[in-house]
Amino acid sequence: MKIHQLSLFLENKPGHLGNAVKLLAENNLNIATLSLADTEQFGILRLIMPEWEQARQLLAGAGFVVKVTEVVAIEVSDRPGGLNDILRVIGATGLNIEYMYAFSKRRGEAAILLLRFSDPDAALAALRAGGGIKLVTAAEMFG
Amino acid sequence: MNKPYPDAPVFDEDETMSRDELTFEQINGLRRVVCNAKNVEFYREKLRDLEPEDIKKPDDLWRLPFTTKEDLRQNYPLKMLAVGRDKISRVHGSSGTTGKPTIVAYTENDVDTWANLCARFLFAGGLRSSHFAHIAFGLGMFTGGFGLHFGINRVGAAIVPAAAGNTRRQVMLLKDLAADALICTPSYALTIAETMREEGIAPDDLPLSLGFFGGEIWTEEMRARIEKELGVFATNNYGLSELIGPGVAGECRYRCGMHIQEDHFLVECLNPQTLKPVKIGEEGELVFTALTKEAMPIIRYRTRDIAALNYAPCECGRTGARMSRVRGRTDDMLIIRGVNVYPSQIEEAMLRVSGAVSPHYLIEVDRPKQLDVVTLKVELTPENFSDRMDEMQTLRDRIAREVQVSAQIGVNVELLAPQSLERAAGKAVRVLDKRNLNH
Repeated sequence: MKIHQLSLFLENKPGHLGNAVKLLAENNLNIATLSLADTEQFGILRLIMPEWEQARQLLAGAGFVVKVTEVVAIEVSDRPGGLNDILRVIGATGLNIEYMYAFSKRRGEAAILLLRFSDPDAALAALRAGGGIKLVTAAEMFG
Repeated sequence: MNKPYPDAPVFDEDETMSRDELTFEQINGLRRVVCNAKNVEFYREKLRDLEPEDIKKPDDLWRLPFTTKEDLRQNYPLKMLAVGRDKISRVHGSSGTTGKPTIVAYTENDVDTWANLCARFLFAGGLRSSHFAHIAFGLGMFTGGFGLHFGINRVGAAIVPAAAGNTRRQVMLLKDLAADALICTPSYALTIAETMREEGIAPDDLPLSLGFFGGEIWTEEMRARIEKELGVFATNNYGLSELIGPGVAGECRYRCGMHIQEDHFLVECLNPQTLKPVKIGEEGELVFTALTKEAMPIIRYRTRDIAALNYAPCECGRTGARMSRVRGRTDDMLIIRGVNVYPSQIEEAMLRVSGAVSPHYLIEVDRPKQLDVVTLKVELTPENFSDRMDEMQTLRDRIAREVQVSAQIGVNVELLAPQSLERAAGKAVRVLDKRNLNH
């Protein structure tokens, strides 16, 4: 299902990532998972958080450039070939993945794959129609 | 936006005198200057062979010596006085952005003239006696604060002397006192707009309808942005403390150049190398002679400001020649790998990119090996931040390409987090030249 993701612009210099993370820690906001895309000059930090709305206000208020995007969460079984099965289905729909990252809560359990499509609603519809894909809701993810 | 002009008379009928009358005034003025300058040791020797009556036509100006910033520095603090200390009514200082400050002095008549000159351009830009005018300049040695203060007073409008700094408080005052006009540097206007956004105040929440900006080099792109973000009709004005302060030139409602107050300042536009006049309409260094100043006469002052003059009649009826925006300064012109570049060219190019890039930027020039390397540091805004890496790279490339097209130089563009560049309440620092040209 669609999950809210916070994207943060970070300058690639010491302390910048730390400042954002510290702010969240001080306000007792938990990060479920994150991904960091970077170039030698700047980076984009993507955060998945249960209290994303609160976090967004906090970060924007502290002067960070922060944007809310929607990603699609899919369950993927934690075994060889698990990701391949999912990508085969997505490939068949003709959807283009802008980027993706994954996390697993506990070893041996199913992992969760977070995918960014340019049109998340169209992607969801196509994935539902494609079959064989288990979509993960926010409640399931943060539960 | 309120219409700034219910009707458009000029503040002072001298603003519309015919060019012939103006020439006559200028010749008289030059004679007066020659006479008065002989009271100053610096000029006495230089004017030894020239008497006031030798000035018969405007071209005789070429027989007068130039004055430079360095000359004023060497005569620090008050060696350029043409009158006794007892006749001085006020002193001011240059902002000292490029070194030691220079002191300027005014007689009571000078102060009066100055207020009138400021009132003229404020009126030309739409200020009326019913308005509230918020000045974000401090009342200090800098001429901006006092000059505009007395100019507003002369127009008869209410003064809100908000002074510099504490932008949140400035925004609060603008809102609570419902100011009609904002007076500050263009870069500070954008800082105010930024603070308004942070505080969730939309341009429509403020009754502000006029903006008078000067004191630093800015561009049409920046004007468009200020007008959009503050909901004002923005005019440009020009002045130098060495001549008087603000009030040397200012835009009328047609905004096609700043009318020079030629009955008080004789202007020349010269090639800075040859010191010969450029063709009318071409860019050159502006050189001014103050025709009416008593305390500190100034002859052919080399401003280092690069601009062009336009003598075509203006629809507003004012007869003073119009000067273009200042394109750059002969001393902030950068020579990058042999190409002459003004920071304003880079700024224009940058603002052309979707208009979404923040005008807070810094041009850093370095020479790590043999070649000059220019890094353009630009603050990102929430509007142009994309979550996609490829789009961010594209934004960077587009800025670099635009700069390449207009300034003919390649630059590295570095995107910075908002608020990471230092904000100046006065003149913004746009260039950091780290080249050590001595090795």
